[in-house]
Amino acid sequence: MRPLIELRQVCKHYRRGGQSVPVLHALDLEIQAGDFLALMGPSGSGKTTLLNLIGGLDRASSGSVIVDGQALEPLSSGQLANWRARNVGFVFQFYNLLPVLSAARNVELPLLLTGLNSAQRARHVAAALAVVGLADRARHRPTELSGGQAQRVAIARALVADPTLLVCDEPTGDLDRKTADEVLTLLQELNREHGKTIIMVTHDPKAAEFATHRLHLDKGQLVGVEHQGP
Amino acid sequence: MKYLPLLWAALWRRKPRTIFTGLSIAVSFLLFGLLNAFNQALNSGVELSGSDRLITTGKYSLTQLLPYGHYQQILNIEGVSRATHASWFGGVYQTERNFFPQFVTDVQTYLALYPELVLPAEQREALRLNRSGAVVARTLADRFGWSVGDRVPIRATIWPQKDNGNAWEFDLVGIFDTRNPRERGQYEMMLLPYTYFDEARRFGRGMVGWFVSEIESGADAVAVGRAVDEQFANSPFPTRSQTEKAFNQAFLKQLGDIGFIISSIMGAVLFTLLLLTGNTMMQSVRERIPELAVLKTLGFAGHQLLALVLAESVTLCLLSAAIGIGLTGLLIPLLVPHLPGGFAGMTLGPQAWLQGLGIASGLALLVGVPPALRAQRLDIVQALGGH
Ligand SMILES: Nc1ncnc2c1ncn2[C@@H]1O[C@H](COP(=O)(O)OP(=O)(O)O)[C@@H](O)[C@H]1O
Ligand SMILES: [Mg+2]
Repeated sequence: MRPLIELRQVCKHYRRGGQSVPVLHALDLEIQAGDFLALMGPSGSGKTTLLNLIGGLDRASSGSVIVDGQALEPLSSGQLANWRARNVGFVFQFYNLLPVLSAARNVELPLLLTGLNSAQRARHVAAALAVVGLADRARHRPTELSGGQAQRVAIARALVADPTLLVCDEPTGDLDRKTADEVLTLLQELNREHGKTIIMVTHDPKAAEFATHRLHLDKGQLVGVEHQGP
Repeated sequence: MKYLPLLWAALWRRKPRTIFTGLSIAVSFLLFGLLNAFNQALNSGVELSGSDRLITTGKYSLTQLLPYGHYQQILNIEGVSRATHASWFGGVYQTERNFFPQFVTDVQTYLALYPELVLPAEQREALRLNRSGAVVARTLADRFGWSVGDRVPIRATIWPQKDNGNAWEFDLVGIFDTRNPRERGQYEMMLLPYTYFDEARRFGRGMVGWFVSEIESGADAVAVGRAVDEQFANSPFPTRSQTEKAFNQAFLKQLGDIGFIISSIMGAVLFTLLLLTGNTMMQSVRERIPELAVLKTLGFAGHQLLALVLAESVTLCLLSAAIGIGLTGLLIPLLVPHLPGGFAGMTLGPQAWLQGLGIASGLALLVGVPPALRAQRLDIVQALGGH
C-alpha cells in the first residue's frame, strides 16, 4: 500500500543575516495512513520545521513532500492554503484559540471555508465538541477554560472539517501530567476509533508512549524509528 | 455574512480603543456636518437672491454714504423700473446677543422691490397711512414675542437722535413672511421708516447707505448698472453698481473665503484622524499577528485576510462617520434658534451625507490598506515561531 506521507530527500535551510542555516538534511520518511507517530528529539533538532513541511505551512528547500498522492511543491500559496483547509488539522502547544470568539465560534472557523450553511456548520461544531467532551462549554470564551479544556477545543477545531491528517506540535507541552494524559488519550481515541493519522511532536517520553510509532530527530537527521504495534 | 462574527469580534477586541477611535471619527464628522450645513446656509443667500436687482453703493467702499438725491436720478435711468434705498441702522434690542439686522428704508418701496416678502393686506394699508411704521420678519417677531401695535425700543450704536440720545422707539405696523419658508433665514431683519429716522437723527441727514433698483424685464442688468455709475462718475459721490447676486458674493468674500476656511479646518481634522485611525488599525493588526497566522494555518488565503482587515477599517470608519453626521442632523434644528438669522438656512442635504461617507470611505481605505497588506503577506512560520 502506498504510504499516506512520503518525504524524498527533503532539505530545509533558513536564511539568517545573509547566511544559510541548514536545519533538515536530506530526509527520507514514509508514514502510513492510520499511524500515530511521535516525533521526538532535543530542542532545536528541527521537529517543528519537519512538522510544518508535512502540514504545508512551509516549503522544503529541496526534495519533495507528497501527502496522499499530492506533491506539495508545485502548489501556489493559495492552493496550499486550500489544501491545508481540506486535509490537515493543526494543534499547537499554546492552543492558539482566538480569544475574542467563543469555543463554538473557534471550532467553526475551518468550516467558514467550506460551502456548508450555518445549520450544517452548527451541527458539525456540536459533533466535534461532543467528541472532545466539551459540548457544555460551547459558549465559553477561551479565557474561561482551563488549559486542558482549551486544548481540547483546539483539537475539536482541528477535527471539525474531517481532515485525514492531524499535526500536533507539543500539544501537551503546557499541561500538567493528568490533563496531558487526558488529551493524549483523546488523541489515541481519534487515531484508533476515527482513523486519523496523527503526527505529534513531543519531547516527553511518557507522551510518546501513547503513539504507535516513535521517530527520533537529532540535528536535522532521523536517528531511529521505533515500532509499537497497536 | 458568515464572517460577520469574526469581523465584529476583531473590532471589539480592545473595546476602549475602538470606542475612543470611533468617537474621534464621529466627532470629526459631526464637525464636518456642521461646517457643511453652515456653508450651505451662507451659499443659499447667494443662490436665492435675484439677479434682476441692482445694488448701487459708494464707488470705493460699502460704508460710504450717498446723497438721497441720487434716488430720483436713478429712477430716471433707462431700464430701471423701480428703486428704493436703504441704510444700515446697526441698533441693539435689549442686549448684543439679540443681534439682527435693521435697515432704514422707504418700507413700502422696499417691499415692492422684494416680492418674495409678503405682508397681509390690512398691514400694507396701515403702513401706507403711518409713514413712521416699522415692519419685521415673522421669525423675529416670534423670537421676541412682538405683535402689531407694539412699540419696539432699539438702542442706536451709530445714529443718535437730535434730542433723545440713543434710545429709539418704533411702531410695529406689520409682520412680513417669505413666500418660500426656506428663504426665511435670508430675510430675518427689521425695516425702519426713513422719513421718521431722517428727521430725528442728529447728523448725516439726507444721506443713505445704498440703492436697490429693479431692472425692466428684457434690459441688461450690467448695462443698466454701467449707466447708473456713469451718471454719477463726475459727482462728489461716484457709485458702483452690481447685480444683487454679485454683490452678495463679494460681501461673503469680504467675510473671508468661507469655503477655503472650511476646507482648511476639515483638512487639519482629517489629517489628525488619519494618523489616529491609522495608528489604531496598525496596532490592532500588529497585536493580532499570531491570530491572523492561525487563520492562515487553518486555510484562510491571503486575500481573505486582506478583505477581513479592510472590512474592519471600513466598518469602523463608516459606522462612526454615519453616527457623527446623523448627530449633526439632530443638532441643527436645536442649534438654529440660538444662532443669528443668517444661519436659518442650515440644512444637511443628501449631498453632505454622500460627501461625508465618501470621505469616510477614503479614510477607511487609506488607513486599512497598509495593515491589510501586512496581514495578506504574513508568513505563518515566522509569525507562529517567533523567529
Ligand atoms: N523561521 C526560522 N528562521 C530562522 N531559523 C529558524 C526558523 N525556524 C526554525 N529555525 C531554526 O531551525 C532550527 C530548528 O528549529 P525547530 O524546527 O523549531 O526545532 P524544534 O522544534 O525541534 O525545537 C533551530 O535552530 C531554529 O533556530
Ligand atoms: Mg518546536
